[in-house]
Amino acid sequence: MKEYLLQLADNALILGHRLGEWCGHAPEMELDIALTNIALDLTGQARSLYQRVAELDGLGKTEDDYAYLRDAWEFRNTLLVEQPNGDFAHTIVRQFIFDSYHYYMCQALTQSKDEWLAGFAVKSLKEITYHLRFSSEWMMRLGDGTPISHEKTQAAIEDIWTFSGELTTLNEVEKVMASQGIGADLEKIKPAIAGKMAEVLAAANLTAPTGTWMQSGGKDGKHSEHLGFILAEMQFLQRAYPGQEW
Amino acid sequence: MKNTWPLWEVFIRSKSGLSHKHVGSLHAADAEMALENARDLYTRRNEGISIWVVESKHITASDPDDSDPLFDPAKDKIYRHPTFYNVPDEVTHM
Repeated sequence: MKEYLLQLADNALILGHRLGEWCGHAPEMELDIALTNIALDLTGQARSLYQRVAELDGLGKTEDDYAYLRDAWEFRNTLLVEQPNGDFAHTIVRQFIFDSYHYYMCQALTQSKDEWLAGFAVKSLKEITYHLRFSSEWMMRLGDGTPISHEKTQAAIEDIWTFSGELTTLNEVEKVMASQGIGADLEKIKPAIAGKMAEVLAAANLTAPTGTWMQSGGKDGKHSEHLGFILAEMQFLQRAYPGQEW
Repeated sequence: MKNTWPLWEVFIRSKSGLSHKHVGSLHAADAEMALENARDLYTRRNEGISIWVVESKHITASDPDDSDPLFDPAKDKIYRHPTFYNVPDEVTHM
């Protein structure tokens, strides 16, 4: 159970951190706020999940212990969310792929047999519904916009697609959780996710690559080099000044 | 100077029964984006339950130089305010 919650939490925390990197750098002031709003939603979700894990652990840990004091191999996020922001198109494509998964996954979790997790999912689904709307709209705007925006977005899809498969491929933890009716059965929701992505890509005049070899490993702690750099920045303060508060 | 998105005015209804109130402006390429940007910029702290966006160019404003002929004549007509009536005690909710 704790492993499963950490997977969910780490996805939210790392993607939230990546979106936070846009703060002060987004193409428009309005987008600066939009992206960091989503970042805050995700960070909030991560906090709830870490707090729950701490409760289940019963070792007197806090949410900070999980965010700041674990090393890269202990993180259970998917490879997709740790990928660099790239240009705005890369960020939107990464976000759209994640939101499509996140939405249907979270929807399934609202039916979880675990009461806490179901409650958490109901609350989060409202936020995620907006995230998916935001990233879908931007996929269409960029894909069906100018020749340059189309080209950049299509290129971003080609770059990132290899990380899309891991989201919907069950690892051992997820299989166990799904079989107990606690976790989301990704096999079941796969068609809905693929359908949503196909619908938006078609409307955006974009094409998904076929036959892409899918990367995996993040869910089991095998990460790309990017995660180390994220953690170096995120964890610096707690590592340098343990127990520091503000 | 790069091409910028058009300006939009944002109106928020804070709760049912109240009217939409102008809260500010923003840039957006289209109406849908304006609505999303308004949501992100102006309802982050629980400010509203409904949003209107209007492209600024569609708003016609009075000219400040016209304020004398437009507004001054109303200043000395206090009899237009309903303050000279005695409201009977039986009338409630006034």
